[in-house]
Amino acid sequence: MSERRCDVVVVGAGPAGLAAAVQASRAGAQVLLIDQSIRPGGQFWRHAAEEHDADPGRWHHGWSTYTALASELQAAVDAGDVEYLCGHHVVTAQQISPAQQIGSAQLQLTIQPVPELAAGARGLMTVRAPAVVLCPGAYDRQLPVPGWTLPGVMAAGGIQAFIKTQGVAPGRRAVLAGTGPFLLSAAASVLQAGGEVAAVCEAANLTGWVPRGAAAALVPSKGAEGAEYIRLLAKHRVPYLRRTAVTAIHGEHRAEAVTLSRLDSNGAVIEGKQRYLDDVDLVGLGWGFVPQSELVVQCGARTRVDVDGSLIGVVDVHQRSSVEGLYLAGEITGVAGATAAVVEGRIAGRAAAREAGYTTGGARQLAAAQRDKVLRVNHRAFAQAMHRAHPLPEGWESWMQQDTVVCRCEEVPYQRLKEAAQTLSAQEPRGLKGTTRTGMGWCQGRMCGTAASCVARRSGAEGAEESAVAVAKRPLAAPVRLADLAERDPSA
Amino acid sequence: MSQTVTVTVDGEEITTEAGRTVAAALMLAAQRPAWRRTRFDHDRRGLFCGIGVCFDCLVTVNGEPALRACLIPAEEGMVIETSERGARGE
Repeated sequence: MSERRCDVVVVGAGPAGLAAAVQASRAGAQVLLIDQSIRPGGQFWRHAAEEHDADPGRWHHGWSTYTALASELQAAVDAGDVEYLCGHHVVTAQQISPAQQIGSAQLQLTIQPVPELAAGARGLMTVRAPAVVLCPGAYDRQLPVPGWTLPGVMAAGGIQAFIKTQGVAPGRRAVLAGTGPFLLSAAASVLQAGGEVAAVCEAANLTGWVPRGAAAALVPSKGAEGAEYIRLLAKHRVPYLRRTAVTAIHGEHRAEAVTLSRLDSNGAVIEGKQRYLDDVDLVGLGWGFVPQSELVVQCGARTRVDVDGSLIGVVDVHQRSSVEGLYLAGEITGVAGATAAVVEGRIAGRAAAREAGYTTGGARQLAAAQRDKVLRVNHRAFAQAMHRAHPLPEGWESWMQQDTVVCRCEEVPYQRLKEAAQTLSAQEPRGLKGTTRTGMGWCQGRMCGTAASCVARRSGAEGAEESAVAVAKRPLAAPVRLADLAERDPSA
Repeated sequence: MSQTVTVTVDGEEITTEAGRTVAAALMLAAQRPAWRRTRFDHDRRGLFCGIGVCFDCLVTVNGEPALRACLIPAEEGMVIETSERGARGE
């Protein structure tokens, strides 16, 4: 197994990671930027290759921010200041114990080429560095619903990712459902790609949530973006249904229709207030986002549960976690969107470079750092208000059927999960795993984790954080073949 | 964009636009909303998360099993096999 060292390792080349890598490099640090995709941008700025899409910016917000970061990254790569390792994922992350420390390295990562992008070579590599900035991003949070395993049902973010890279919608007529402003963004992408949107179903009531409210005033760009979506939806006469959820998806071999239900103030289905919507071949589901926290948990950094229920890493004003040398930026410190992630990435990049011995001086740099501090606070305030306006519906289990699959990988139905939770006193996700195999499949609980911990917690006594940590505990952040593990040097 | 790529899907040649992922080629060119069958219920699955997290879209490519179709760029001559082989058009 080969090994490499550098001053600062940045994990993830999305908004936060790009900003962190560029900033640390500006300070003079030798940076290694690791990303699992072929191209930089993360999920937010995911795009097709230039030769396949001459104008990728048309699908994006803040594209000029991306192109500025990407070209500065390229210049730093060309100058030999940044090594950009695309198509690689981080499998493990850990602190180096003082006894094993050589030089100033405090953290160690095991990385591997992403199998889908590398035919053949899969050897694991070890990276050691005095400072690591984790910017792992997030994926769509899911709640199960009868019929959600039918082909044609996708994560809302998956629909948008498809459009951004393929230039067409993965269906003809869509319904978007769940909660949060991202549903509007996904719906806008479908319309822009020439698809139809039959409805956008927002589970929240949104009373008291005005995009031009006090919190939004702190982040004017967010208000403008929201208004743009609303205008586009209005132009295409797309109904934006509040306190409404898709509570069943119907179809023989694929999604063909949905049942829409009105929800009460607890987010539970109101009987008799159902509507059947047919001629639908694409259903996009999204209940906010889940930050990828397994590497943070592996390192042993302090975590907490955010207002939206996500497990996030605790950081100080410099994006420093409770673990020496470990910095966190972007959604992992609380889901707040790409603009906030860029700001946090810059802060973390500066701080990580400092940790590695590179100080940035000068009045201009100080002023920029000061500005970022203010921006960070404003974005956080906006995000908190947004999360409060879009809570997970407390009563979501009211739309579940006994046979609704909760764990998509191991095909565990709701009934089996409930029984295990009630009778086997498997009152936390780990217990449910052992008895029902929920969360033990390929995705390692990434799709069913939210549902499983709700079910477990409801019948047990476990706290929200313990439960969230149990879900996020993954010894390997990505599946590794036995042959690749066997190749691993045991002393490393 | 006029460039095309030809791949084999379960023994059948499919021509798709260049720049497609294997998942997109299956959906758009092969007209297959689903291509994996689950182990227990033999349920049909296709693209769900679309970003490499859910592992619902697994295919075999050039003999290598369990690869995420949403992440693989379709390349000329690629041999794609699905677990729904022979179960089409029911």
